[in-house]
Amino acid sequence: MTVQLLKGNVAIAEAAVRAGLEAYFGYPITPQTELLEHLSARMVELGRVFVQAESEVAAINMVYGAACTGVRTMTSSSSPGVSLMQEGLSYIAASEVPCVVVDMMRGGPGLGNIQPSQADYFQVTRSAGHGDYHPIVLAPASVQEAIDLTFLAFDLADQYRHVVLLVGDGLIGQMMEPAEMPEMRPIRPRPDWAITGAKGRSKHVITSINLTAEENEAANRRIQARLAVIRAREQRSVEHYIEGAKVLVIGFGTSGRVAQSAVKMAREAGIPVGLFRPVTLWPFPEDRLRALVDDGVEAIVVVEMNAGQMLEDVRLVVGREMPIALHSRLGGAVPLPEDILEDIVAVAQKLGLAGPETVR
Amino acid sequence: MTLHEDLVRTVVYQHPQALEAISTHYCPGCTHGIAHRLIAEVIDELGIQEQTILVAPVGCAVFAYDYLAVDGVEAAHGRAPAMATGIKRSLPDRIVFTYQGDGDLAAIGTAEIIHAAARGEHITTIFINNAIYGMTGGQMAPTSLPDQRTTSSPFGRNPAIAGNPIRMTELIAAIEGSAYVVRRSLHNVREIRKAKKAIKTAFRVQQAGLGFAMVELLSACPTNWGLSAPDALKWVEEHMVPYYPLGDYKVLDAVKALEDRE
Ligand SMILES: Cc1ncc(C[n+]2csc(CCOP(=O)(O)OP(=O)(O)O)c2C)c(N)n1
Repeated sequence: MTVQLLKGNVAIAEAAVRAGLEAYFGYPITPQTELLEHLSARMVELGRVFVQAESEVAAINMVYGAACTGVRTMTSSSSPGVSLMQEGLSYIAASEVPCVVVDMMRGGPGLGNIQPSQADYFQVTRSAGHGDYHPIVLAPASVQEAIDLTFLAFDLADQYRHVVLLVGDGLIGQMMEPAEMPEMRPIRPRPDWAITGAKGRSKHVITSINLTAEENEAANRRIQARLAVIRAREQRSVEHYIEGAKVLVIGFGTSGRVAQSAVKMAREAGIPVGLFRPVTLWPFPEDRLRALVDDGVEAIVVVEMNAGQMLEDVRLVVGREMPIALHSRLGGAVPLPEDILEDIVAVAQKLGLAGPETVR
Repeated sequence: MTLHEDLVRTVVYQHPQALEAISTHYCPGCTHGIAHRLIAEVIDELGIQEQTILVAPVGCAVFAYDYLAVDGVEAAHGRAPAMATGIKRSLPDRIVFTYQGDGDLAAIGTAEIIHAAARGEHITTIFINNAIYGMTGGQMAPTSLPDQRTTSSPFGRNPAIAGNPIRMTELIAAIEGSAYVVRRSLHNVREIRKAKKAIKTAFRVQQAGLGFAMVELLSACPTNWGLSAPDALKWVEEHMVPYYPLGDYKVLDAVKALEDRE
């Protein structure tokens, strides 16, 4: 492996190819279009399936069909397109077939804009469509991490026969960074539950309908049991400057990355502050966060490019008493390290951890 | 050989292998059952049971996969052609078909069927036009006729308010990419025989990789039309056929050649 300068969207697309993607279906939308464009060449070159669908509705249902045949399949989009995919995602989750969806979020609501945003945290972590389930949600903060998590996304989707969302924003998707691209992996064999034609076996049916309440409750319990395993096993997070941290800054994806610079500056000014960056948004890395809080954290600064959606998950973990300050930017605005630093200093001063003249 | 033995050996009727030996949930007089049987007979005759994949719709035929003895999936309302696209592209040597009602195909799923046809997807679509939303209890369909009373057009469908019935076969036939697009009816034995022949051609078009194939079948829904089973068949003939003329709307030369070889 050699280090190359790679653009986020292209890196994810190429990583998907190398992770064994066999069928891609998508519809153009900024800021993820380079992903679709890259695959329109690569998939065809490799004799794999690429279809530019007539809409995101069609794209996710093509993914659903391909997933039923047991191939590794994915689509990619951005906020409005992911809204259109909600019904399909729900069918896929109910049918227990694996798929990967990339959501490069943009500023909403409505047509909003194409600037980086995290406004769809609720949309992706709460259910992604109707019904009672959570998809697995992975949030990279760099091009390298986007590559690594793309491989992980396909593996988790297979392992749990579940929907995995890889979420970023225009910043992750369009910045260029040095990164290493793993070698091409061989295409894995089709799983034995796949729909392939009933040759030499009894017929297979993949459906999401359960007419009676009893049957559907049983199906739901099965999903919930699987989600409980995922929740116990798959929480992931990254920490920086965590030694002796009394103030904990929490942010995911782009926010987490910007916050890291702020935390570094605060540390240089002598403030005992650390960064906690969730990598899985669902399951939320609650176990590690709880351990950190029990280890002496006295206040938290949540940094998000939304009105404080992840903050609700943080609050569930840390309880009512823990002071939490929210540094929030909306509608496509990206936080600046200097602004986050001010909030960190203010919190630290309140706790008596920084003097009145710290970092001016 | 006695006359008796000869009679015993001549099979004039048997249960198709591709049709499960169970009773369906369809209402008395509903023609979904006839359509299922025709498809099963065609699958048997073409010897494709082990390679065929059914994409069932949301609508009365949602459980079609219970009745047809082939691998099956159940699509979201209207999305069967998209799902079939994903399946066929991933398994190009299998026979993939959608089975869709008029609400499914001509309302919520209009975009998916048109674009599947335009891409020339190598799939077969069986389109059941019963001029009503059966599953949800008899609301107006995109194909409900002018003046037709339904639970959501209680004064009769008024085109000034509710728009006009849509002729999908004509529409799909006009699309580059479709290879075989015909309309048949299930209202009497003669038409049923013609319908079977068309269904067989539509599957053979897929086997030969000639493009998108669709057979529209005018169908009866006695329950939601509020008619007896025989009257419902008569209603198909007297009201639906005039608005939806039977016939071949697109038959590519390559398909004609197929039919001639038959
Ligand atoms: C997204 C969505 N919208 C609406 C419905 C409700 N629904 C179920 S079946 C149906 C209409 C079915 O009519 P048709 O396609 O003509 O088939 P039929 O039942 O007459 O065979 C509707 C509206 C649904 N299941 N999903």
